[in-house]
Amino acid sequence: MHIDPLEKKWLYVALGMVVLFLGSIFLSLALGIKPPSNVETIDSARLHLSEEFAEDNLGVHIQPDGSIKVIMVAGRYGFFPRHITIPADTPITFRWASIDVLHGVHMPMTNMSTMVVPGYVSEVTTTFPKPGDYPMLCNEYCGLGHDYMWSKVTVVAKQTWEREHASKGGES
Amino acid sequence: MNDHQSRRLALWNWTVAFAAFLFASFLGFYQVVERSGLFDFLESPKGYFASVSTHGVLMAYVLTTFFIMGFGYLTATTSLKRPLWQPGLAWAGFFVSLIGTVLAAIPLLTGKASVLYTFYPPIQAHALFYIGAALLVVGSWVWCAIMVVMAVQWHRDNPGRTLPLAMYATVANALLWLWTSAGVALEVVFQLIPWALGWNDTLDPGLARTLFAWTLHPIVYFWLIPAYIALYCFVPREAGGYLFSEEMAKFAFLGLLIFSLPIGFHHLYVDPEQGAGWKLWHGVGTFLVAVPTLVTGFTVLASMEIAGRLNGGKGLFGWIGTLPWRNPMVLAAILALLMLILGGFGGIVNASYALNTMIHNTAWVPGHFHLIFAGTTVILYFAIAYHLWPKITGRKLVSNTLALIQLWTWFVGMTLLSTPWHVLGLLGQPRRISGVTYNSLLTLAWQPYELFMIMGGAVLLGSAVLFGVILWRTWKNPEPETDTGIAYAEPIHPPEGLPAWVENIKTWNLVILVLMLISFGWPIAQFFFLKTYESLPWGY
Repeated sequence: MHIDPLEKKWLYVALGMVVLFLGSIFLSLALGIKPPSNVETIDSARLHLSEEFAEDNLGVHIQPDGSIKVIMVAGRYGFFPRHITIPADTPITFRWASIDVLHGVHMPMTNMSTMVVPGYVSEVTTTFPKPGDYPMLCNEYCGLGHDYMWSKVTVVAKQTWEREHASKGGES
Repeated sequence: MNDHQSRRLALWNWTVAFAAFLFASFLGFYQVVERSGLFDFLESPKGYFASVSTHGVLMAYVLTTFFIMGFGYLTATTSLKRPLWQPGLAWAGFFVSLIGTVLAAIPLLTGKASVLYTFYPPIQAHALFYIGAALLVVGSWVWCAIMVVMAVQWHRDNPGRTLPLAMYATVANALLWLWTSAGVALEVVFQLIPWALGWNDTLDPGLARTLFAWTLHPIVYFWLIPAYIALYCFVPREAGGYLFSEEMAKFAFLGLLIFSLPIGFHHLYVDPEQGAGWKLWHGVGTFLVAVPTLVTGFTVLASMEIAGRLNGGKGLFGWIGTLPWRNPMVLAAILALLMLILGGFGGIVNASYALNTMIHNTAWVPGHFHLIFAGTTVILYFAIAYHLWPKITGRKLVSNTLALIQLWTWFVGMTLLSTPWHVLGLLGQPRRISGVTYNSLLTLAWQPYELFMIMGGAVLLGSAVLFGVILWRTWKNPEPETDTGIAYAEPIHPPEGLPAWVENIKTWNLVILVLMLISFGWPIAQFFFLKTYESLPWGY
């Protein structure tokens, strides 16, 4: 075996880089940043009969502890309800199910991103620091109308939310 | 000439590969124009998704598989200096793959398989698409078997000697492909085909995605290894020097083989059907596989520096100027390394657990893989073709200058195409859309990048056509090629004292088996214990 001294130094540099990259993963874990991984199944063909994803239960729910849960369904070609209003600077848990095929949901410029796989429930918890109107786009090919699959999210300042929405239970 | 058969096999495998490439390049140009959303009269989701499905299948599966098979037959016979084992079998494999390609092309071109090259269920394509894809893979398994048998026979006949590097890498790639393709083969044979033929009503999309993820990452190393073979085995010699270290090269190929397999879940970071711990485990592996690539970068650059200094280069950077930039192999290597560095760092973002959510399934992703695959990998396929096409046809390369222009334009085109995609991804543009229909102010920020993307696509199409013209005119060139021998770079030191396991195929397989059981055992088994609900087929 010949290992050149330069080569050895480079190996240490390469391993150092990998340790740095791994450090960033473990740092995000320590900060509580977790990808959606709840491994929870649901019958996508019978969502309307499920309690959670039945049509009249979709939308924004304020939990007894003040946190916010958003229950949404992805189906060709939209995310339902088509428009929701949520507060900024508040942890929000989204729960998703698909009524038909594979979808992906992303709010651009945020880390609200998950795949919605038929047969499974996806759960994401995140906080939006900036109020504004955000599109919610489907980012997985789901059929010829895929381009048209998008909905709207309005993020309002926390004070506005408490003044105008919280009393109404989050309906927009 | 004992390798006459391997040259004919290479010629016909490559003819299929490059014909597919050329056709898919036209589709690619149509797609950038259509998806930009700047030309209303072109808008057609039906046309776009049929086109992008065909483009993906041709570029990722047909170009690569046939190119790799042809190249493997050449490296096996010329580096081992023995005739091809069972040429009849090799032709059978070629025809099985070809028939598979044609069978899959029929539904693709008629819009009956617009399911993209990832064909995620429960959207269903015509059964012929899945059957054709399966045959393409089965044909390539014949190639794998021939490569493994030739390496084993050579070891038997040359006790105590180590495999020539080019063959070492080729047989590592054959094993890599057997292990890699097993995931998608299980998905296609046990889930998709029975379901598409109506034998099963339903399937579990979570299991299908898990099996596909098994294949989805190592497959890119299957495509990349021939490019690395060129970097290690051709470039140092063409540059006028020697390979810096053959030992490290072998460790790099072995590292790619073993560590690229159990890491596919970084494609499933935001999927609900796998747990966070498994994703983390695959994420760690994803970063480990960066090590052999970083080692490759070092060895190849060091080899080029040696060559540059032998050519008279002085000072810290003087050797760069004295490299033979007019040699297509050397030029392609330099451009490939540039794109590999940029694309590699983009890949670190994809692979990072937390950063990935920002760019998952956005235009960033095709930006990344066009830079790494269509950039780094395919530009070296071109260089290998310029190097070996004259040797297998026996006709002189029609013009070195045209080849250089083609390589430069490919690099410029790929930069123009993939840089805007990275930006668009950060600006939230989804990857798989056929047009911009969102009623949002955000889309105004996308428009300038769409223009660059179209320019990039146009330059790339021109470059692809030029490539086709060069090969065609070389094939018909009346002037014969005099130097038809294939020579490999010599290492500075002959390899010696390598531990025996570095050459032991059985040990490799055992290590892979253990890693795969750890990484995929429970994640696959869980679907048989969970109460899962399956999906009926959906059209599109």
